[in-house]
Amino acid sequence: MNQSSIYHGLILGAFCLGFGLVLALTNALTVNDIAARTMEDRQNSLAAVIPDSIHDNNPVTDTVTLKDRDGEDLTVYRAKKGNEVTGVAYEISGIGYAGQIKLMLGVGADGRVLGVRALAHKETPGLGDKIEIKKGDWITRFTGLRIGNPPIEKWKVKKDGGQFDQFSGATITPRGVVGAIREGLVFFDKHKEQMTQPNTPQTDNEVR
Amino acid sequence: MATGYGRIARDGLWDNNGVLAMLLGMCPTMAMTTSATNGFGMGLATAVVMTASGGLVATFRGYITQEVRIPVYILIVASMVTLVDLTMNAYMHDLYKVLGLFIPLIVSNCLPLARLESFASKEPVMRSLADGFFMGLGFTLALTAIGAVREIVGAGTLFADASLLLGPAFKFLELRIMPENMGVLMMILPPGGFLVTGLLVVGKRMIDVASGKSIQMAGAHAV
Repeated sequence: MNQSSIYHGLILGAFCLGFGLVLALTNALTVNDIAARTMEDRQNSLAAVIPDSIHDNNPVTDTVTLKDRDGEDLTVYRAKKGNEVTGVAYEISGIGYAGQIKLMLGVGADGRVLGVRALAHKETPGLGDKIEIKKGDWITRFTGLRIGNPPIEKWKVKKDGGQFDQFSGATITPRGVVGAIREGLVFFDKHKEQMTQPNTPQTDNEVR
Repeated sequence: MATGYGRIARDGLWDNNGVLAMLLGMCPTMAMTTSATNGFGMGLATAVVMTASGGLVATFRGYITQEVRIPVYILIVASMVTLVDLTMNAYMHDLYKVLGLFIPLIVSNCLPLARLESFASKEPVMRSLADGFFMGLGFTLALTAIGAVREIVGAGTLFADASLLLGPAFKFLELRIMPENMGVLMMILPPGGFLVTGLLVVGKRMIDVASGKSIQMAGAHAV
């Protein structure tokens, strides 16, 4: 290694050090605000699927972690009144026309849907995006339903012999959403005990 | 031999426009112009990064040796992008939710890098700041124009959600040009991005030809 390449390396290293320090400083200044924003986002998406009237705690910070079907960790947010779990909410996902559709599902202690909202999806604008509450009220039709009403074999879009309308020009998106909610409710029935036990050891609420 | 400010402004906004003349930065151009508001927001974020990195490179140009200049430029652009990303996430969160996914794309945009190499590495600080600013502004105008055309034809609206980006005072910008469901969906999908960008590039050249300017080959001024 000759002297000039050491010199160039030192220059590059000095720039890396300088900008690294600037970024570390910015990160330190913004980290609390960003955590607060993330918390607000989560609170907003939970407020849409768990009515305020059924809880007096903050579901964002009252969570249990379960294993989902694929063995991945699933955070379950819990609504409590007094010390009794009145509802839970967790993320579910289905496969739509353009990949994964992420939804937040709120379920009451009796297994009824409290509400569903789309969190993220890549469906075709103008067709598949009618699952968003901003674009239509289709997603609200699940509220109040549960497995048994309608029976599980009717938890499908009409085209597949179920009872839920697809929208014109899009079948795959609603099929994915209906399927995800059905699976989400089955998951609730299977893990009801774990989810609604008021004294499950608390996992610490880390907002990332 | 420093470039005059008038020249810098004309180059950035029209003559040597990053998108319409040099055809640089096509990735954010295609991805973010599904509406005029999105294009405008992406353009502004890019303009901030370009101005800051132009000024920094010009400040340090005496220390940046020829051999390590490209990694240093990338380091500077990436640092500025991260700064904008963190700051927007913390203090302009609604806008961040719209643009957040695309801010990191500014690093891979070759327009900032091209301007650092061809301008900021040779010119004084103030002029480099001006070049970054006007090139960024030209980028913003081009993205807003492409977004506006795609939005009007594709969704029938103009500047939808502008109040999310600029504050409630700008609610008046949000127009509905055509009734809902009249739009040509394809214009919002990726093919529409290529079509509209192509048509606007042609339109710019036709104006240049009509006004008797010589046509510069695209990219002739890049790197």
